[in-house]
Amino acid sequence: MQNQMELTFSALPQNEAFARVAIAAFAVQLNPTLPEMADIKTAVSEAVTNAIVHGYRGREDGLVRMSAEYGDRRLLTVVIRDEGCGIADVEKAMQPFYSTGDGAERSGMGFCVMQTFMDAVEVDSAVDRGTTVTMRKYITGEVGLHRERMLDEIG
Amino acid sequence: MLGAKSLGNAVTVVIAGELDHFAAPQIRRRLDELLEDQTVTHLVLDLENLTFMDSSGIGMLLGRLRALQSRGGSLSVKHMQPPVEKLFRLSGLDRVIGVEDDIRGGRL
Ligand SMILES: Nc1ncnc2c1ncn2[C@@H]1O[C@H](COP(=O)(O)OP(=O)(O)OP(=O)(O)O)[C@@H](O)[C@H]1O
Ligand SMILES: [Mg+2]
Repeated sequence: MQNQMELTFSALPQNEAFARVAIAAFAVQLNPTLPEMADIKTAVSEAVTNAIVHGYRGREDGLVRMSAEYGDRRLLTVVIRDEGCGIADVEKAMQPFYSTGDGAERSGMGFCVMQTFMDAVEVDSAVDRGTTVTMRKYITGEVGLHRERMLDEIG
Repeated sequence: MLGAKSLGNAVTVVIAGELDHFAAPQIRRRLDELLEDQTVTHLVLDLENLTFMDSSGIGMLLGRLRALQSRGGSLSVKHMQPPVEKLFRLSGLDRVIGVEDDIRGGRL
C-alpha cells in the first residue's frame, strides 16, 4: 500500500508547531517508536523553520509546502519546499555551525539535526527560486517489524 | 509557562511546553529580564515539562550561557526528557551547560 499527503501553509512561525503535529499524525500510521516519532518531528521542525526564517526571511506571504509518503517498505519520505531566496552554496550551508542568521541566536545546527535524526537528507536549491529538502527515514517500529524489514532488504 | 524561584544568586526557572523558533523570543525575554539583576550568576532551567526543543532552542540557550559566563556565572539544566537530552548531546550543549541530574523517564 502507498499512502501520501500534501499540505500548504503560510510561512508563519506559529505553523512550525502545526507542521510537527501534521507530520506526527501522518507518521503514526507506521506505528513508530516514541524516539522515532520525536526524530521525525524535530527534523520537520528544522526544515520548516529554515523555510520561514531563511527562505522567506520573515516574509509572511510566503507559502511552505510539506508532503510525505510511505509504502510497504516502511520508508517515510518527507519533502519541505519553499519558494524563497534559495541557498547559493548548499554544501557550505549544511556544515555544522554554519549560519547566516544573527550569530548570537542561531546555532547553525539545523541541517546537522536533520541528518542525524533522519536516514537521508537531500537539499536541492537555486538562488531566488527556492529550496527543497527531502528527508527519508526507515520506521522500524516494533522489533518484529524491524526484522521484517531486514528480511525484505536481503531480498 | 515559566516560573522562577531564587536561592541566593542562583535562580531556577521552569521551562515547559515546546521550545522552537516561535516560542524562543518569549522565553528569551523572560530569561533576560531575570538576568537584568546582575546579582544572578547561576541560572538553572528545570526542563521536566519541556516536551520539544529544536535548534532554535540551542541558539537561545547559548545566548543566555554567554551572558552568564561574561559575569562569571553558569547555566545548567535539570530533569531533561529523552528527546531534549538527545538534542543536547548531538549539539554538544551538554558539554557547556551543566546537566544537574540524570534523565528521567527511561530510554532514548
Ligand atoms: N530554506 C532555506 N532557504 C534559504 N537558506 C537556507 C534555508 N535553509 C537553510 N538555509 C541556509 O543554511 C544555513 C544553515 O542552516 P541550519 O538550519 O543548519 O542553521 P541555522 O538555521 O542558521 O541555525 P539553527 O537551525 O541552528 O537555528 C542557514 O543559516 C541559511 O543560510
Ligand atoms: Mg535552521
